[in-house]
Amino acid sequence: MGALPGWRELPRGAAILEPGSSVRYKTSSWRVLKPVIDQERCIRCRICWTYCPEPAIHEIDKPYTAKSGRTYRVTYEIDYDYCKGCGICAEECPVKAITMVEEVR
Amino acid sequence: MSTLTIATLPKDELLAPGHRMCQGCGAAIVMRHLLKALGKDIIIAHATGCVEVTTTLYPETAWRVPWIHVAFENAAAVASGIEAAVKALKRKGFINPDKKIKVVAIGGDGGTADIGLQALSGMLERGHDVLYVLYDNEAYMNTGIQRSGATPMYAWTTTTPAGKVWRGEWRRKKDMISIAVAHKIPYAATVNFAYITDFYAKIRKAAEIEGPTFIHAFSPCVPGWRYEPHLTVKIAKLAVQTGIWVNYEVEKGVFRVTTPVPKRLPVEEYLKLQGRFAHLTREEIERVQRMVDEDVDYINKLAGTTVIGPVERK
Repeated sequence: MGALPGWRELPRGAAILEPGSSVRYKTSSWRVLKPVIDQERCIRCRICWTYCPEPAIHEIDKPYTAKSGRTYRVTYEIDYDYCKGCGICAEECPVKAITMVEEVR
Repeated sequence: MSTLTIATLPKDELLAPGHRMCQGCGAAIVMRHLLKALGKDIIIAHATGCVEVTTTLYPETAWRVPWIHVAFENAAAVASGIEAAVKALKRKGFINPDKKIKVVAIGGDGGTADIGLQALSGMLERGHDVLYVLYDNEAYMNTGIQRSGATPMYAWTTTTPAGKVWRGEWRRKKDMISIAVAHKIPYAATVNFAYITDFYAKIRKAAEIEGPTFIHAFSPCVPGWRYEPHLTVKIAKLAVQTGIWVNYEVEKGVFRVTTPVPKRLPVEEYLKLQGRFAHLTREEIERVQRMVDEDVDYINKLAGTTVIGPVERK
């Protein structure tokens, strides 16, 4: 870590002026198991997105056509920078489209 | 509001990732959806506690709304002051008087049921236009799982250990909603994120009502309740299905259960997933079951009808 700023350089009252700046801290190293979404099985019910505590599941406006021919408007993708690997998404997925696999680093 | 479903939950994330709440933290889910339900035009006064410590590691913050950290005991007092200041600034023309700004106080069970109780009582009594949210993980988790006034009967904590003589907590959980309602406030409700649309409906209702309102949120804690992190939502759902947690609201004195449970599961289903209850004997589990039965009877009496049904054994 470089030289820390002196108290005169800090904002008054040590206020944090940048909202949501915690995004600079990546929590991926906490992970032991990693969730993987099977886009074919996923029915886009949004439950994994709803119950992610981070949030580390993005709802992306990216259409996806499954082999069955069904087209979905959105795609759910896991943000591996922040996912801590709790496994709530895999546990709650009603169609078991998310599996927890061992994290290899 | 009645059309709200999981598909129509707001997309905006007002809680940023990178916070240090635990793997599978229940409070993190509470905070994320609390912010989604309330939207951007809020000011939060946050008591010391798990969420405060883990979301604001200087010089970073996970909050994307105005937020102030206050001491353990005075979230409600600071929120009262902010509300009065907003009122004055509107009167003096510094803020557009038509702009809706909701002041929100957040505290854990330690910061609400124990340490911040008198500040909360004062806020409710004075009638400030503040929404107070209690996220209840049933002990002082951040400092190392010490019991609080909200710790349930028989729960193991580091200050109520389980051995031959002590069997975990030996006192009953404090009924915070009744304490809040005793102040004759316009609205108080319990919420559980496993029933997410009910969660949103109540928080939005509480925010829209002018005057002091109180929300008591169920908030499972992975290390403190000693369960595997993927079980957070399952445990939250079981709490309602076994009747140990009841989703209800008290609006202008009118009591209403919002999640009826026609057939309850045995409370053991809830207890057996958690290490904090692992020491319980069959007899003690039966005692907890009887306690839940009594509480359910009381709830049904208040509701005037059987909204929470009898236990159905498999």
